[in-house]
Amino acid sequence: MLETILLKLLFALIVLAVLMTFCAYAVLAERKVASWIQGRVGPNRTALPFISAIPVIGPILRRLGIWQPLADGVKFLFKEDPLPAHVNKFYYFLAPVLVIVPALLTVVALPMGAYFGESGTQHPIVLANLDIGILFIFAVSSLGVYGIVLAGWSSNSKYPLYGGIRSSAQMISYELAMGLSILPVFLWVNTPGANEGLNLFYVVTAQQDVWFVFWQPVSALIFLTALFAETNRLPFDMPESETELVGGFHTEYGSFKFGLFFLAEYAHMIIGSAVFVVLFLGGWNYLPGIAQVWPSNMLGAVCTVIWFLAKVFALVFFFIWIRWTLPRFRYDQVMSLGWSVLLPLAIANLIFYTVLVAFLERA
Amino acid sequence: MTKAVKEISLGDVGARAADYDEELLGDKVSLSMGPSHPATHGVLRLQLELDGDIVTKCMPVIGYLHRGDEKIAENMTYNQFVPYTDRLDYLAPLANNVAYAIAVERLANLKIPPRCEAIRVICCELARISSHLLGLGVYAMDTGALTVFMYTFTQREKLYSLFEELTGARFTTSYTRIGGVARDVPEGWLGRVNQFVNSLLPVVDEIDTLLTRNKIFLERTEGIAAISREDAIAYGLTGPNLRASGVDVDLRKDTPYSGYEQYDFEVPIGTHGDCYDRYLVRMEELRQSTRIVRQAIDKMPEGPFYAEDAKKIFAPRKDKILTSMEELIQNFMIVTEGPQMPAGEVYFEAENPKGALGFFIVSKGGGVPYRLKIRAPSFCSLCILDKIAPGHLMSDIPVILGSLDFVMGECDR
Repeated sequence: MLETILLKLLFALIVLAVLMTFCAYAVLAERKVASWIQGRVGPNRTALPFISAIPVIGPILRRLGIWQPLADGVKFLFKEDPLPAHVNKFYYFLAPVLVIVPALLTVVALPMGAYFGESGTQHPIVLANLDIGILFIFAVSSLGVYGIVLAGWSSNSKYPLYGGIRSSAQMISYELAMGLSILPVFLWVNTPGANEGLNLFYVVTAQQDVWFVFWQPVSALIFLTALFAETNRLPFDMPESETELVGGFHTEYGSFKFGLFFLAEYAHMIIGSAVFVVLFLGGWNYLPGIAQVWPSNMLGAVCTVIWFLAKVFALVFFFIWIRWTLPRFRYDQVMSLGWSVLLPLAIANLIFYTVLVAFLERA
Repeated sequence: MTKAVKEISLGDVGARAADYDEELLGDKVSLSMGPSHPATHGVLRLQLELDGDIVTKCMPVIGYLHRGDEKIAENMTYNQFVPYTDRLDYLAPLANNVAYAIAVERLANLKIPPRCEAIRVICCELARISSHLLGLGVYAMDTGALTVFMYTFTQREKLYSLFEELTGARFTTSYTRIGGVARDVPEGWLGRVNQFVNSLLPVVDEIDTLLTRNKIFLERTEGIAAISREDAIAYGLTGPNLRASGVDVDLRKDTPYSGYEQYDFEVPIGTHGDCYDRYLVRMEELRQSTRIVRQAIDKMPEGPFYAEDAKKIFAPRKDKILTSMEELIQNFMIVTEGPQMPAGEVYFEAENPKGALGFFIVSKGGGVPYRLKIRAPSFCSLCILDKIAPGHLMSDIPVILGSLDFVMGECDR
């Protein structure tokens, strides 16, 4: 018993460390992709003392900016941590924690791959194989909005307050459409008699032949749009639209507290992409139509994880690509898009698939 | 024991509620935007009054960049003031140089040789391209499209290299002198300008594809801060902002200076006067400016690049100063006393990228102006904020500011 718990703890620590590293490197990816899109070079100066002296490889790594996230992290840690006199100290310190914890916690229920049992059956590689999988992810990730609202409010300053209020309104509006858009997926998966519930693993196994993005393109579109809004990415980055609100809810934050907000944004983006991959892009299944190519051993398990991550990173790249291409919506336009376009569309979509699934079952 | 029932009258609840209407609506928020804020393009400060997210009052507070340029002008010779004109609209210093030089030359009633005029036209139009590129870039950035800004800035960088080659400075060019320009165009420079213009047009098209029919950009700009014809005229708007409101005024066409009448170009006119029209007008002006530059390069006349007969105004060439007595004296007089101007008054307006930049000069003779007044187009553009901003959302403020394309160096001077 104790061994299992310790093993799980170790596994959790590894996943957390890997996720944090991905977040840091997502920042680097953002900066590099942005610079490629804009015809710039991007970060290419940071060097480690001995590694950069290695011929050929050292300079290449330096030019790719591989060490930049390290330098950024160290910078966040060692910068002066200012505490404005006018803030509400307790909530001011609490807010970054409330933002980062839910962002990292959602990874618990996320299946990242599959390994093969002795009888040839697949088992998910997941920290906790919850039956309420998607519900857990939604419930926890929506807690993140409290951190943003608290950050805006406790800063006791006008620009952060506007950022916080906008953010809460936006996240609540888009959560509705997001929740409704995934219901058809679970309608589809949960054929009568099956006992799969909201478990994400069975969503992936159900996509072995055809991904849900092809069965349910409208659901995927709504989910993706809402995902942009939920992760506060352009064109919906209302909470921190820097041209009007300076820094939005984190205007008054500096040093590592700002770093936590920063990490949380990218963690949200990565986990959001992962959920989209699981729900609509077939998870670790190879390609639509090609059911199973991974060998039935440990190597196969590693392959599934790598293939899953590749899809996630492709989606993260898509996020970054959109950010550096499109202008930003105005706040009221974001709200009207959420309430008067996405929500009715999601409801209509749900009704359509309810009828369709019922009809198919009869037949 | 009897209980007395006390009746409490609520009175006319409706009427009381109506009285408290004002209170129920809540207080308005006053918000100070600037002087250091990412959206206010320099040191503009906006004193906003917000009802929720809606702007009810918008008062620009200016003067953070005041240097007293007009008073400074009274204490130096005409040529010494040229560097100060660089710092008016510091995004198009060449155009300011030319406008100032022409104003003083009008005072002296000086005839400028055609080559000098053609060089000045190229300078003016390159300055317009430079200014509009930046204006459009930051405008796009204000709507959230950051990449457009980098695209336009890459082009400006090439332009700055051309300016450096021509004037020796990338930013503060100080190129004109009273009666001519500082030096002739370098060997092969015109060809490089032509190359630049050729490479610019595809980039303008690219910006076009990124923004002009972009749904989000349209929603952010269409119908926002529309300025009517009458208002535009009444508030003294000039340049692209005025033309976007549908008023066909372009000083290059209406009162041609520096030989603008020889060039064939069109003046884009807007219809609604909203932010989107101001964007479209600037985009088209970029293309028209490239047309003018090409024509000027084609027609570039031979001859002197300064007014040779103006012995008391334009300092002679260096080689002559070192060899000839008369030129040495002439140079000495111009350097110490300044270019000699007749007494009189002159007002000249040039079509600058930001609008009509005017210089009113009162001279009592000699090398120093008695009074010099600058009419700054950015100042007028900002005046109308009070009229157009109320009723819009706070998120529209950066877009409105971006669309007006002002520069504080000129407004505060």
